[in-house]
Amino acid sequence: MHYSKRRNKIVGNENVSRLKIKYDRSALFVRSLGYVVIGTFALICLIPFISVVNTSFSSEKAVMRQGYALFWPREFTSFAYRLLFENPNILIGSYIVTILLTVVGTSAGLFLITMTGYALQRPDFPYRNGIAFYIYFTTLFSGGLVPYYLLITQYLHLKDNYLAILLPSLMNPWLIILMKNFLKSIPHSIVESAKIDGAGDFTIFLKLILPMAKPALATVGLFLALGYWNEWYNSMLFLSSSVLYKPLQLFLYEVIAKADFIRNSAAFANVPSQDIPMETAKMATAIVACGPIIIVYPFIQKYFIKGITVGAVKG
Amino acid sequence: MSKTTTTYSKEITSYKRSRSRFATLKNNRTLLLMCLPAIIFFFVFSYIPMPGLYIAFINYNYSQGIFRSPFVGLANFKFLVLSGDLWRLTRNTVLYNLAFILLGNVFQIFLAILLDEILNKWFRKVSQTLMLLPHFVSYVLVGLLAYNFLNYDYGILNSILRALGKTPLKTYSNPDIWPYIIVLVHLWKTAGYGSIVYFAALTGIDEEVIEASLIDGANEFQKIRYIILPLLKPTFAILLLFSLGGIMRGDFGLFYNLVGSNNALLFQKTDIIETFVFRSLMNYFNFSLGSAVSLYQSVFGFIIVTTTNWIIKKIEPDYALF
Repeated sequence: MHYSKRRNKIVGNENVSRLKIKYDRSALFVRSLGYVVIGTFALICLIPFISVVNTSFSSEKAVMRQGYALFWPREFTSFAYRLLFENPNILIGSYIVTILLTVVGTSAGLFLITMTGYALQRPDFPYRNGIAFYIYFTTLFSGGLVPYYLLITQYLHLKDNYLAILLPSLMNPWLIILMKNFLKSIPHSIVESAKIDGAGDFTIFLKLILPMAKPALATVGLFLALGYWNEWYNSMLFLSSSVLYKPLQLFLYEVIAKADFIRNSAAFANVPSQDIPMETAKMATAIVACGPIIIVYPFIQKYFIKGITVGAVKG
Repeated sequence: MSKTTTTYSKEITSYKRSRSRFATLKNNRTLLLMCLPAIIFFFVFSYIPMPGLYIAFINYNYSQGIFRSPFVGLANFKFLVLSGDLWRLTRNTVLYNLAFILLGNVFQIFLAILLDEILNKWFRKVSQTLMLLPHFVSYVLVGLLAYNFLNYDYGILNSILRALGKTPLKTYSNPDIWPYIIVLVHLWKTAGYGSIVYFAALTGIDEEVIEASLIDGANEFQKIRYIILPLLKPTFAILLLFSLGGIMRGDFGLFYNLVGSNNALLFQKTDIIETFVFRSLMNYFNFSLGSAVSLYQSVFGFIIVTTTNWIIKKIEPDYALF
């Protein structure tokens, strides 16, 4: 088949044009398949969010009757949002806690990760392999949840303390390896010439490497920030009901699971219990808790793409 | 006489060695200090809990603590084997991960190839952005989105089924459909992100190779079959082996937020190691049982990782993890 095609091509011009049509047909098929499949999957990624937004703007009664909204709100109303902001202290507190955790955790974690990653990629640092393995080994073997839980609660006494959320997420082996791989691209000769000029290792790191590593800082910093913003696992483990201001994702989780917050807000606003918009308020809470990340991510996604393509996997 | 000389020279070399060792330490003190926070961090949060797996061999009692609780040997493991839990958890964890890895990679490659076919830059950018959206939201929200779709009374799926005159599905009390739901949600959340790796590998392909194939008269299917897929094979193999190393580790957030912590009706099909350990700790306060499962998971996980790494080393030493 292959052979005959090639011969056709040599034989005559009319055959070439026929071949071209054939090539165009299969290309056209794959190309249109591409538009259809990619377009459909992109919509499937988007539609659940549209549905949540539209349900949050629907009237509870219409939702009870006809089910959740899909492409447009059922009997448009912003009652669920007004209810949430009726008694906004807890919501605002949750926001402040989440923002503080994200800002402090990301800056501290980024500094520590960059510092470690820098030392570990220095080819003249004799302990680099040993320390890298010491860090990497924690991904191969772990003590599991129970000893970790006992460590935080019984030995570090961090139950109901925001430090139990801040500290464990400061660093992780993958981000250190990613940072190390990023920093490898800075030529070692720069470090060497600075050393000859009499600069110490820490000065080199602070004055020379950090300014040059901006793309790496952006990527790793965004990985960290996304982790802190979406954090709920440690919050769920270590923050009991006595903590008033929960990080946003745990707040959302509890609203979905128990709906106490909605009932309290309704009581505060003197809404009779049969009129409480349970389902729509859940959706409104989800929008309020996740809105910022959905608005921001299109502008920061390129740093994430860079992070994956740099090769986060290699040790 | 000669004996004393050798001991003497031995002493000198050992003295020199220890002195040079000290000198290296001193010369690198700044770099070492820069690593110190990380060393302490991993010591506290990762290494200290490791010996805590000893709890698997005792009958842990909150008031007596680790050291005074009675030692029971392998009783916890025996219980897990006899109750069938260990087998069920292993089966679920491994099978789910296999489905995630195989279907996930195939779907991601499929998306990447099709994405590469799209010439309209605007269309490609917008759809790529939308495909990344699920990656950026927390599993708590994903759980709510699934509930929004699957809820018996108001869910979108049942609204559609009712409109079509079919009987609505009782999703949250029917364990048999959950493997499909969980795998689909996982595909949905990770496909956009995962396809980036393959898409990057595709854009790295030499244009000349493809042009040559077209001149030779290859049609689009042949181009994909004989040129693109073989070029993606190394990336696929590496990602596959990497993920096989983690086959004993489950994605807690996915399972916990989709299924919930109390829906025991579904556990036969949806319980994985992580969710079981979590429940034995937070719901039943059975610390020892949870630790026993964790120890089993860590030991087998370790064996699997070292084996896959050994295989990678044989095939492609450059890609070995350690």
